[in-house]
Amino acid sequence: MSIKKTSLYATTTAAALALTLTACGGSGSGGGSASGGSYDKNATVDIGSLYEPQNLDNTAGGGQGVTEALNGNVYEGLFKLTDDGKVEKLLAQDYKVSGDGLTYTFTLRDGVKFHSGKALTSEDVKYSLEKVLADDSQSARKANLQVVKDIATPDPRTVKVTLSQKSISFVYNLSYVWIINSRAENLKTTEDGTGPYKLDKWTRGSALSLDRFTGYWGRAASNKKVVFHYYKDATALNNALLTNAVDVVTSEQSPDALDQFKNNQNYKVNDGNSTTKLLLAFNDKAKPFTDVKVRQAVSSAIDDKKLLESVWGGYGKLIGSMVPPTDPWYEDLTKVNAYDPARAKKLLDEAGYAKGFSFTLDTPNYDPHPTAATFIKSELAKVGITVKINTITPDEWYTKVYKNHAFTATLQEHVNDRDLVWYGNPDFYWGYDNKQVTRWVNQAEEASTTAGQTELLKKVNRKTAEDAASDWLYLYPQLVVANSKLSGYPLNGLNSQFFAYDIKKKG
Amino acid sequence: MARYLLRRLAFLLVSLALASVVLFVLLRMLPGDPANALTSVGASPEQIAAARHSIGSDKPLPEQFTHWLGQLAGGDLGTSFVSSLPVGPEVASRLNVTVPLTLAAFALAVVVAVPAGFLAAHKRHTWYGALLNGVSQLGIAVPVFWLGMILIAVFALNAGWLPAGGFPQDGWSEPAEAFRSLVLPIVTIALVMSASLIRYVRSATLDVLGSDYLRTARALGSSFGKAMWHHGLRNASVPVISVLGIELASTLLGAVVVESVYALPGLGSMLATGIAQHDYPVIQGVLFVSTLAVLLIGFAADLVQRIIDPRLRGRLSGGAR
Repeated sequence: MSIKKTSLYATTTAAALALTLTACGGSGSGGGSASGGSYDKNATVDIGSLYEPQNLDNTAGGGQGVTEALNGNVYEGLFKLTDDGKVEKLLAQDYKVSGDGLTYTFTLRDGVKFHSGKALTSEDVKYSLEKVLADDSQSARKANLQVVKDIATPDPRTVKVTLSQKSISFVYNLSYVWIINSRAENLKTTEDGTGPYKLDKWTRGSALSLDRFTGYWGRAASNKKVVFHYYKDATALNNALLTNAVDVVTSEQSPDALDQFKNNQNYKVNDGNSTTKLLLAFNDKAKPFTDVKVRQAVSSAIDDKKLLESVWGGYGKLIGSMVPPTDPWYEDLTKVNAYDPARAKKLLDEAGYAKGFSFTLDTPNYDPHPTAATFIKSELAKVGITVKINTITPDEWYTKVYKNHAFTATLQEHVNDRDLVWYGNPDFYWGYDNKQVTRWVNQAEEASTTAGQTELLKKVNRKTAEDAASDWLYLYPQLVVANSKLSGYPLNGLNSQFFAYDIKKKG
Repeated sequence: MARYLLRRLAFLLVSLALASVVLFVLLRMLPGDPANALTSVGASPEQIAAARHSIGSDKPLPEQFTHWLGQLAGGDLGTSFVSSLPVGPEVASRLNVTVPLTLAAFALAVVVAVPAGFLAAHKRHTWYGALLNGVSQLGIAVPVFWLGMILIAVFALNAGWLPAGGFPQDGWSEPAEAFRSLVLPIVTIALVMSASLIRYVRSATLDVLGSDYLRTARALGSSFGKAMWHHGLRNASVPVISVLGIELASTLLGAVVVESVYALPGLGSMLATGIAQHDYPVIQGVLFVSTLAVLLIGFAADLVQRIIDPRLRGRLSGGAR
């Protein structure tokens, strides 16, 4: 599904919902909305999730749960990554880039207040950026933002950032930087952001609730309160949805459970685009995967469609590369090294493995990896390749595969958007080393326009796909299952975001 | 009695001290690094080192241990590596779920199992005696998560009488609502627990029924009911009480499956999360409190047995094992 189709789909869904709501009419206590449906302006929206924050600070290893609950809802950045992958201005009212592309001057939006009541100033922006760049920062974006050389604050509404080299992704990366009150303390357990909600209460192991912030600078949230309820077990989460204990599930992880919602008019199953890719990652520096032909052969020997069908039923998408449809440089490359066992055998023959070979597949012990590993084993057996499945814990994966590169092939899910650029780093765990690709990735980052960047990354995309740098098995579906009373929730959940402020609940 | 109590107290303290050492050392022998939970994939060695430093896991073990003991002495269970929240209050809030759950399930199981076990023994030759016996045998074989799922399907999903899981975020501030969310978990635990209790009560009753003193009492003109009430029950309860103590302790620790099926924020799920994240202060805190609880339960069972059975009072220590 392309971006256009997704937004079309979302629009029709919203329109249909609005129509239904209008038709049912008048039961909402809050009165009409701009879009015509009636909804309860003082509703509490109960959200069910499997991802509890580890702590509330995204520069201290808070995990994906903290992004889901707080990003955009409690904290805001200078820019915002929308649900369909576009970058928009948020706390930045405007910005200018110098001719050499090295100096960014941001003008801050006027009248923005933190939840503590303090007004937003350029000092806070400087502090927030420095927090991400600090020595003890665990921010996933730290490496990307290290091009920042200097941050100046000529006046309370102006921030001037100087980079050490050109970085076209700088503005995009800023969408991950939360603007925090520079005087705030204990950010692992409390907050002080500028978002439409302020933190009400975090009960670890159970729930996190947010209240509408009355001093919000922008349009007020469409509901009064949101409560994220945390579950460890997908079945318990689905039961909660079935018994109306929650109104929406941010990301459905149990495809078997979908039928009970799909065939029930009280619920809506939304099939969005995720950015999570399941990879069969070769160690491109270890034999026999040093040979392009071997990698292509393995990629061609696995029927991804059948795997996706068995794991996710009718959901999810095939991808021929690292790039999901919501990245700007997406291109359908599913035909490159597509399923073709005859071709696989021929390639193996050419590579000198006519009689096949055997390798160990390091497989994380949680779903869907063991299933995928067994499937891969049986597929590759058909072309004479023997797979030895070695089941490991996430800890072992981290040490053995990620840190020490002591593996031949592994399975792993990669969740981030725009992470194709890792193929430009020869020291990354999968060891793909192509000087041309590295150059393209670097040039793309130094491009003057996003069009130039996109063009170069499309080249990277095609080249890595042709080289079968890894085998991209499939793109996970992003299934948001919601009560039909609800509208306005995000569908794609890029980078685990879940903006709750537009959610409308029929009374 | 005073001397006995002092001895028990000393035993309790020594056990706690030993348990804390074992617990601390064993945890550190687990493979894996707590810093992994705090760093994301893509973290640099500097970021990992910073994470270790921030939680103090880069310090030598003896230093970490004395630090923990110092905190314990001050009544502080430490701070979670992962969430930065203090462990003590979190344990307390989890106990607000686990303790009512365990005690209510325990009480329900006793209320069901004692008469049922007695009947199963006394009326073992009737059809309902045999049925009780059979049902309890079956009950022991039923996995607790399966029973939980069946109860949810019937009473929550189909009938809609009770919530399928979860616990109010505000805890017991609305007691009726909090209790409603505990009904199914309580029944689940009670059913499984009473199945095994019935077996114990039945065999203890059978022992008594075949005893010389009961026959003597009957021969002296006492009715069966009277003889049972004055002599039989008291004797039958001594072995049952030690089993009750064990059952109570194991439910307190073993509620993790039920807590997961019903998505309850209890002590068991806190422990499971702590282990998954190598969150040592959390694991230590939960296990320390549980150890204390188990020791206290053992102590209470022992005391009750002594009160019931005067013969045990002559012994200086020992008791419920």
